[in-house]
Amino acid sequence: MRHVISLLIENEAGALSRVSGLFSARAYNIESLTVAPTEDPSMSRMTIVSVGSDDIIEQITKQLNKLIEVVKVVDISEAAHIERELMLVKVRASGKDREEMKRMSDIFRGRIIDVTESTYVIELTGNTVKLDSFIEAIDRSLILETVRTGVCGIGRGDRVLKV
Amino acid sequence: MVLTGAEIVIRCLQEEKVEYVFGYPGGSVLFIYDELFKQDKVRHVLVRHEQGAVHAADGYARSTEKVGVAMVTSGPGVTNAVTGIATAYMDSIPLVIISGQVPTAYIGQDAFQEVDTVGITRPCVKHNFLVKDVRELAATIKKAFYLARSGRPGPVLVDIPKDISATKCEYVYPKTVSMRSYNPVIKGHQGQIKKAVQLLLEAKRPMIYTGGGVVLSDAADKLTRLVRQLGFPVTNTLMGLGGYPATDRQFVGMLGMHGTYEANMAMQHCDVLLAVGARFDDRVIGNPEHFAAVPRKIIHIDIDPSSISKRVKVDVPIVGDLPEVLEDIAKLLAASGDQPDEKSLKAWWKQIDEWRGKDCLKYDRKSRIIKPQHVVEKLYEVTKGEAFVCSDVGQHQMWAAQYYKFDKPRRWMNSGGLGTMGFGLPAAMGVQLAHPGSPVACVTGEGSIQMCIQELSTCKQYRLPVKIVLLNNGYLGMVRQWQQLFHGNRYAESYVDALPDFVKLAEAYGHVGMRIEKPGDVEGALKEAFKRKDDLVFMNFAIDPTENVYPMVQGGKGLTEMILSEEL
Repeated sequence: MRHVISLLIENEAGALSRVSGLFSARAYNIESLTVAPTEDPSMSRMTIVSVGSDDIIEQITKQLNKLIEVVKVVDISEAAHIERELMLVKVRASGKDREEMKRMSDIFRGRIIDVTESTYVIELTGNTVKLDSFIEAIDRSLILETVRTGVCGIGRGDRVLKV
Repeated sequence: MVLTGAEIVIRCLQEEKVEYVFGYPGGSVLFIYDELFKQDKVRHVLVRHEQGAVHAADGYARSTEKVGVAMVTSGPGVTNAVTGIATAYMDSIPLVIISGQVPTAYIGQDAFQEVDTVGITRPCVKHNFLVKDVRELAATIKKAFYLARSGRPGPVLVDIPKDISATKCEYVYPKTVSMRSYNPVIKGHQGQIKKAVQLLLEAKRPMIYTGGGVVLSDAADKLTRLVRQLGFPVTNTLMGLGGYPATDRQFVGMLGMHGTYEANMAMQHCDVLLAVGARFDDRVIGNPEHFAAVPRKIIHIDIDPSSISKRVKVDVPIVGDLPEVLEDIAKLLAASGDQPDEKSLKAWWKQIDEWRGKDCLKYDRKSRIIKPQHVVEKLYEVTKGEAFVCSDVGQHQMWAAQYYKFDKPRRWMNSGGLGTMGFGLPAAMGVQLAHPGSPVACVTGEGSIQMCIQELSTCKQYRLPVKIVLLNNGYLGMVRQWQQLFHGNRYAESYVDALPDFVKLAEAYGHVGMRIEKPGDVEGALKEAFKRKDDLVFMNFAIDPTENVYPMVQGGKGLTEMILSEEL
């Protein structure tokens, strides 16, 4: 099962490597990991997407909690939550492809943020499935490069991850 | 008061009432050693190799309730210490390791004796720090001691760049530590404790299984009282020996790969299992699927939530400090006014006594070659069970665990988790310093002892009268045993040729050496050795080279699939 784990961690040098080291040392899987400071600059928030059985995910959250610098851990995918990912796609956009690419970008509510004679950079946000669908929907041979941030997530409604 | 970083380090150690620092000087820690030199409250023990420093601090910590302290220089000082740190980490031993680092401005420049200490040690410490600002030094050391000893204990490393130890700042040692990210649970969940008591009272075939946590949390007294109150059988893991008196009738011996028949059978066939400060290690329960195939209710008490339901699913998890939780269980039991079902308990004991009847630890007592079991039994008798026993890793470790009956906690020091050969002698130094005048034995093999034999020199310098019991069979015995049983008698590299003359070696270091070749001489030699209160005596026992450790559960097999002796 795919799980989205959110955690708050002291914003200190090496904190990220403690988390990533834990995953590699214990052979846990990481699909994506994003991290940035929160509104309180002394703390960072991380979103980790991992795939594993319930037992493994339980161990992952326990092991994360055991890290001294980790303040709080929540598996936000246990309840209603929102996931977003940002993707930038550079595509070839010349001739008839230029108009088609613009249309596809509009359909997926993307924005073209860089334009040259022959290329576009399209900015797209959404959940993982939506971004995957966009890639599927356009002509693969036109993709020059893609970059994705990985998932960040937040619980819906009253569910709040805070100290 | 304005002090240099080096002065602050020493002040902090004094504040923590550190008696001994085990270490080895070098370029990056010179300022700190200079300050050590100027005072006499914290005594430094100069080892011969940094691995020895950490093991010695570890032995000191295991045999006391205190935090062990080691100090090493940057680069190779740290890398040599890593084995010691990992050893302590696997067994949850509270240590503070202070390491020197190249000056802040040199970090990352591939400077002389530079290594990424925080990176290298990260997977084998409870936590580590690189101090980049001298104003944070005192608070960091305070945190290090707090982290090392609280919760599930473990080694904590503080890496101090050389310029930090020379920089001055205002010194205040914080009185308390508060960390929003670290608050170990002390009190167990009352609802869970209630459930546990209910299960214990309903049990027909109960079993109590306890580990190193009992020793580390000083819960042995409370455990013993609870076990007697219940009248249940109890077994200890290798790390838990001494947590319950081994000479007591309710004790069924150690369990696991080389556990007793009765302990493993009872563990497998019980209907309610109370696990206390233990972690269902692979050497303890064997194949987890085989273990889980028998239905039983499991109550698991541990300070570390991640130890619970890691290898074996448990029914009643209780996270908390053992003395607190055991006390709560005992109180609730007493208050309930109920007793465990006497009739079933009687039948269960009858079954256990039947298993006991196998006498699984029997060995050839009439042998004309010295049997290692005989040496350990005599060691037990001669020291009246009062010795602190440190062991290395291998067959001798198992024989010591099986045949020395530990009635008290903190008397048995061994590398149970990491299995570090070379642990025994340096650990014994730490134990001897912590308990001057007490008998300290190092049970070892000719493979293990040579991994840290340089510490014989340290023993001379500090007059540490450790008694070395070398069970010399000329083989890396445990390796040879596996090769005999599972690799068609092909003894690949397990025969150790060209051993030194250990008697002469001991004498070269200024100690007393003995060679014992006949079973009849074992007791006399041990008696004489322990009479020499001021001397390190190195006893080289020529034991049966083909003796194996039984019972044995092969790796990956079920707990009850034991090999009981050669004939089977």
